[in-house]
Amino acid sequence: METLFASCIGFLTFCGIFLMLRGRTFPVMLGLTMLSYAVNLFIFASGRLTLRGAAVLGTSEQYADPLPQALVLTAIVIGFAMTAFLVILAIRARADLGNDHVDGKLPDADGMKRESR
Amino acid sequence: MWHLITAPILLPMLTALIIMLPPVHYSPMRRRWVSMISSAIQLVLVVVLLLHVQQNGLLHYAIGNWQAPFGIILVADTLSMVLVCLTSFLALGAICYGSAGEDEKGSFFHPLFQFQVMGINGAFLTGDLFNLFVFFEVLLIASYALLIHAGGKNKTKAAVHYVVLNLTGSAIFLFSLAVLYGTLGTLNIVDMAQKVAVLPAEDLMLVKSGGLMLMIVFALKAAVLPLQFWLPATYSSASAPVAALFAVMTKIGIYALMRIYTTIFGADAGPLQGMAADWLLPAGLATVVLGAIGVMASHDFRKLVANLVLVSVGTLVCMVALHTELAAAAALYYTVHSTLVTAALFLIADLIANQRGKAADRLVSGRRVVQPVLLGSLFMLAAMAVAGLPPLSGFIGKLMLLQAVTEPSSRALLWAVILVCSLLVIVGLSRAGSTLFWRVSGGDSSGEKAAPLQVFAVCWLLLASPLLVIFAGPLTELSQQAAAQLYDTDTAARAILGSATAEGSAP
Repeated sequence: METLFASCIGFLTFCGIFLMLRGRTFPVMLGLTMLSYAVNLFIFASGRLTLRGAAVLGTSEQYADPLPQALVLTAIVIGFAMTAFLVILAIRARADLGNDHVDGKLPDADGMKRESR
Repeated sequence: MWHLITAPILLPMLTALIIMLPPVHYSPMRRRWVSMISSAIQLVLVVVLLLHVQQNGLLHYAIGNWQAPFGIILVADTLSMVLVCLTSFLALGAICYGSAGEDEKGSFFHPLFQFQVMGINGAFLTGDLFNLFVFFEVLLIASYALLIHAGGKNKTKAAVHYVVLNLTGSAIFLFSLAVLYGTLGTLNIVDMAQKVAVLPAEDLMLVKSGGLMLMIVFALKAAVLPLQFWLPATYSSASAPVAALFAVMTKIGIYALMRIYTTIFGADAGPLQGMAADWLLPAGLATVVLGAIGVMASHDFRKLVANLVLVSVGTLVCMVALHTELAAAAALYYTVHSTLVTAALFLIADLIANQRGKAADRLVSGRRVVQPVLLGSLFMLAAMAVAGLPPLSGFIGKLMLLQAVTEPSSRALLWAVILVCSLLVIVGLSRAGSTLFWRVSGGDSSGEKAAPLQVFAVCWLLLASPLLVIFAGPLTELSQQAAAQLYDTDTAARAILGSATAEGSAP
């Protein structure tokens, strides 16, 4: 389970960073979303992975650490709000600047070729 | 007195809510007055709190009475209270400036401003690393919205970069928090310090990587060299009162660096002690150099001021890296001085830009400003203070910084870099000043005069500089006391964790 979990986080982070380095706002946004998924899973794992562990005392023999669950909830809420803000900002940037490139202007012909390659 | 410590967080929050409610929300004048009066009250409250903390030592407050290390706590020591006072002082000036008309160029200026003040105060007061993250996010989301206040292409473009960078920073912050929680089992700052002191050897590398990831995050917030590219564009495109408040935001990064690397990874941390210093010293020096080059190369005055922020950040990071009590005291005095003066410069830049017609604040010959004597003398004062010329506060601040470097090996390098860069800053500022005020090319001045409230705001911030000189004695004492308290981690741990420490060490 640990290997699967760890490689899942690693793959999400990899995809997130790859997408974040793209030139358009939409992939960047998706990349940030993936990165925040990876982060959330990572925080969850910081309380160690346990099967059938309850967070409330007196209900089971094995206990899970309740604090990472609280932390991850906070992180999810904050990440969600921030992503929503970024979506609106990206739409506004598309309207204000006339394109969806993160630098506000499309690269010249050479740059385009390099990007598509 | 006990509950007063929550006031710097609750008061701005409640003010923001009141401003958004009907009787106040409908009239611009009411919004302004509520915002200004609340900031003035807040300033009085935090000064009272600072005096109390100075006399009676560290104050901590367990939210919901859940005792540390299990509950969330707020900690007010001299260092954090001085910075909270600084924020309140700055916020009052910036709100006064904004109330002269800038606030009506977009919606929700005052509520957002108050929310940001709440986030900044919270970040200074929290004693818990996860809450530091939460307050960072509070101040960041307010700053995102404030940055695009009044709209415009430049602002939107700068905001996209700023938001994406800070979201990435938050992700790294969470990664490092999770690593530290996974190894240390706590997020309370003083409790973490005790856990680090008895760390088993196999967890050493994990904690080290977590701690260094934290350094990356705070270096991004403070804008230290490889992570500083966002700052000039962001600060120079923000509207003036917002840029003035942003002047304190980089200092939060510095404060966090200071807090984490003296309390958690401080003298008791064994092999992890001072692990950030090796990275911070060269990065800080390079930031100073780059900032000074930026000052020389800037084409407009706002960019120049943003580069001055970089110079002060670099200097402060060097002081943090030195990791001595003397350096921390000097850094605190310099933080107060540089924040207020750069904030005043952002406001002056806006006044000048309003009066020079199309040339705005670009460093080219343009129309004569409408009030050359007033703006010229304000500019002169601010420039002297920020460059570190006597008799203003910059001089004393720099003197303290230079004296704090006691090691002969680092002294030669630090003195050379700081002094040469001060010279570059003086050259850059005098060039900018003579272009803005003396290189006049035809045309009558047609800009509007500065509103009395705007002049008051600039004077309010600049007034701090002579005051910092006149009361230099008590203030240096205060900053030395703050530094001593910062380094006295045992007393803090005993005060905050109390009996829990004794129980913890028993088994």
